[in-house]
Amino acid sequence: MPLSFSIAVIAIPLLMFLFLGLAGVKMGRKLTGVLGVIAMGVTTVIAYGVALTYFFDSSYIVDGVRKAVIVWNPDWLSFAKDYVVRMGIAIDPIAAMMLVVITTISFMVHLYSLGYMSDHHGNPEKGFQRFYADLALFTFSMLGLVVATNLFQIFVFFEMVGVSSYLLIGFYYHSPAAIHASKKAFIVTRLADLFFLLGIMILGYYTKSFDFFGQNGLTGICDSQEAAQSAISMAGGATFMGCSVMAWALTFIFIGGAGKSAMYPLHIWLPDAMEGPTPVSALIHAATMVVAGVFLVARLFPLYVIEQGAMEIICVVGAFTAFYAAAIACVQSDIKRALAFSTISQIAFMMTSLAVSSANGALIEIHGGYGLGYMASMFHLFTHAMFKALLFLCAGAIIHAVHSNENSDMHGLHKYMPITSIAFLIGCLAIAGIPPFAGFWSKDEILVACYEKGLGWGLWMSAVAGMTAFYMFRIYFLIFHWKEHKVHTEHKPADQVWTMTLPLIILSVVSVVAGFVPMHDLVTWDGKELHTQLNWTVAGSSVGIACVGIALAFVMYFKENALPSKMKNAFSGLWEAAYHRFYMDELYQFITHKVIFKAICVPIAWFDRKFIDGFMNLMADATSQAAYGIRRLQSGSIQGYVYLYLIGALAIAVVGMVCVLM
Amino acid sequence: MDLTLLMYLIPSLIMFGCGVYGFLTRKNMIAIMISLELMLNSIDINFVVFNRFLFPDQYEGMFFTLFAIAIAAAETAVALAIIINVFRAVKNVDINEITKLKF
Amino acid sequence: MESVGNIFMYFIIALAIIVFSVLTVTTRKILRSATYLLFVLFATALLYFQMDYEFLGAVQIAVYAGGIVVLFVFSILLTHRPGEKADALSSQRRWLGLSAAVLGVAACGYALLSYGKFCTAQITKDGALEIHELGKLLLSTDKFGYLLPFEAVSVLLLACIIGGVVIARRR
Repeated sequence: MPLSFSIAVIAIPLLMFLFLGLAGVKMGRKLTGVLGVIAMGVTTVIAYGVALTYFFDSSYIVDGVRKAVIVWNPDWLSFAKDYVVRMGIAIDPIAAMMLVVITTISFMVHLYSLGYMSDHHGNPEKGFQRFYADLALFTFSMLGLVVATNLFQIFVFFEMVGVSSYLLIGFYYHSPAAIHASKKAFIVTRLADLFFLLGIMILGYYTKSFDFFGQNGLTGICDSQEAAQSAISMAGGATFMGCSVMAWALTFIFIGGAGKSAMYPLHIWLPDAMEGPTPVSALIHAATMVVAGVFLVARLFPLYVIEQGAMEIICVVGAFTAFYAAAIACVQSDIKRALAFSTISQIAFMMTSLAVSSANGALIEIHGGYGLGYMASMFHLFTHAMFKALLFLCAGAIIHAVHSNENSDMHGLHKYMPITSIAFLIGCLAIAGIPPFAGFWSKDEILVACYEKGLGWGLWMSAVAGMTAFYMFRIYFLIFHWKEHKVHTEHKPADQVWTMTLPLIILSVVSVVAGFVPMHDLVTWDGKELHTQLNWTVAGSSVGIACVGIALAFVMYFKENALPSKMKNAFSGLWEAAYHRFYMDELYQFITHKVIFKAICVPIAWFDRKFIDGFMNLMADATSQAAYGIRRLQSGSIQGYVYLYLIGALAIAVVGMVCVLM
Repeated sequence: MDLTLLMYLIPSLIMFGCGVYGFLTRKNMIAIMISLELMLNSIDINFVVFNRFLFPDQYEGMFFTLFAIAIAAAETAVALAIIINVFRAVKNVDINEITKLKF
Repeated sequence: MESVGNIFMYFIIALAIIVFSVLTVTTRKILRSATYLLFVLFATALLYFQMDYEFLGAVQIAVYAGGIVVLFVFSILLTHRPGEKADALSSQRRWLGLSAAVLGVAACGYALLSYGKFCTAQITKDGALEIHELGKLLLSTDKFGYLLPFEAVSVLLLACIIGGVVIARRR
């Protein structure tokens, strides 16, 4: 399949958005849903065709390097003759991989939503068509983001992704919690995007180019290591506050990515975003949109490699976030929130992996650890998308069955929902890193990369991996075992309709086999094949620590016992803090309401009210007072007016005559 | 004795003065309209006379008057319609009684 | 040198215009006022005839005398009892009006007399306009054609018809 088919991959979701959004209401629910699923299925098939062609057609490999291909790249905004923003489609290894990930998950979610969104506590769901239109919009934006040919296009689609996320989080717009969550998500990511824009401006100012890949004799900033080096050196060593401007630019761009990828301290929107429908959480807040930040850093990886300062920041932020989110996930009682924190932790894994990738030093010469972290990060992105979507879809099925998000309303569901239970177990095994499930392969590469940067980093990330195993199995045991389920009389929980179960089965299979994708041959930062081998020490220890985590969870949560509450009482301070997410939301609340509002907004509002409004009011008052003063002239007697008019006319005549005579 | 331009303008001027006087002193709205017609007519005469005496080869003044007559007819029709409507509402056509439009 | 008939004619017309104008604004019976207006308009039409503008004179009679005055009469009859007399004017009001009128006339007259080197102009040539010539000019788009104002007036008249109907309609 020629790569130009990728235009269709972008175009179909856009057309579906327009069509379903405009005509959906007239069409009825079933037709809308089926049409959305079919369109998404076609898109998925084309995307697979494009990706397979790109990966397995040797004509794209020149001198052992897999070249990026620009399919379509017209000019969009021409600022100056050689300063043009383009808008187009470029296929390179990560873009092709992301096409597969996005379309797969999106297709699964489209299918799953047929069942999940069909009713809301027994009533037909309102806005079913709107839901499918928004899903199509999101898919379009995300696809546009990953195939972007330049930074500006990425930014545009970053914003569109944010908007569609906002629409979908706030899908239940009659619920205040959903409205707050959608606003929070939008504002936090917007704030981060402000930095992103700053970064783009700085970068574009110095490099005079937004393009990643060269075309028509021009070189893009990400073409090769040399191109990146020359782009960086175009800043001419300009510094700002002791750091080079390029480091600033790249750090700002990372902040933009951190906002979307929910890195600490910009993670606060993601747990709240779980107010949206669960399929949305699976698509946007687990598999695709939240990895946009990782994708962004990966896209600009050649630049980041050179600016080690920015990489160090990413590394520290990533490692801390991974631990922080894992700690919170250990105590959450809301299943979706726990999964959300798990997502944050796993994305932090990817970020850290990217950042440690350059640990081994100066430049490309040293091959081994250099590209490994990058590859591992992309690999983990791929596998994580599959099993996290699986976990969220399972959670959706459970929530649909028991009508609650809380652990305490579930317990012992294994007997009633066997398929869901097994699918969830597969997801947990995958995320915990048990071979041969997908997560093992990717997480293992990440840990190897971390150990190569330093023993401390490796140990830290291994510990987080152990916590991952613990909290995932805690969730699993609490939902499916722990004690007998309290069956309500009106309906028994059961496996859901086939449209919801089929995606679970498919994604389970994918989660088992995804680890065997030869990612090191396909997705590397410089397009060359990367030769890796299993590091038995790291692999063995990571499996060991995962087993410890699972065993601990088994002991504490498999059967109902007093151990968890004892632990809770023993470490009550720590438990409370973690349960309240270490009070980050309260801190934000304090900063925004008490500090920013009181110190900045209130004086500005006062100035606005007193001076700006005051001036306007003064003008209005003066006018109205003057009008009241002279309104007596308006006597209502027409002949009076005429008389005055006549006097005026005569006066002008007299003046004219006098002037002429003199 | 010659008939000069001035001889035609003087009746027109007097007609205009009468119109002004009527407009200022009459209380009846219809009478005011009549005075207005007088003034308009005197202007028409001026146009025609200037045209005829000073520029006999052209017809601008004549045509202007032609259109002015048409417009005057239209204006009168609407004005009288309004006056009749006002009369229906307040049973009066006295200009001094109808001062609702003031402030 | 004008013909005696012409001069005689002029004096009759001028006298009629002056006398009937004054009567129009001084009579206290509104219906009579309208009638005197009719006479003024007739006299004006005669003036146009005398100046060889036959078509204009005809229009003056048809539209003014035949249309507008009839309108006046109708509205007078609709709004007045027959034989009703207007109140006598207060002297203050009369003097105010009179002074304004006289001042205006004086100013215009002064202007006429002092700047009017054309005041002695006379009719030197035959200015009659053939009626088919006039029709062509009225519908012509040339330099001295009047198609545009002609069409504009037609639209205005249409608007007035509708406006008159809407305003005067009984609600």
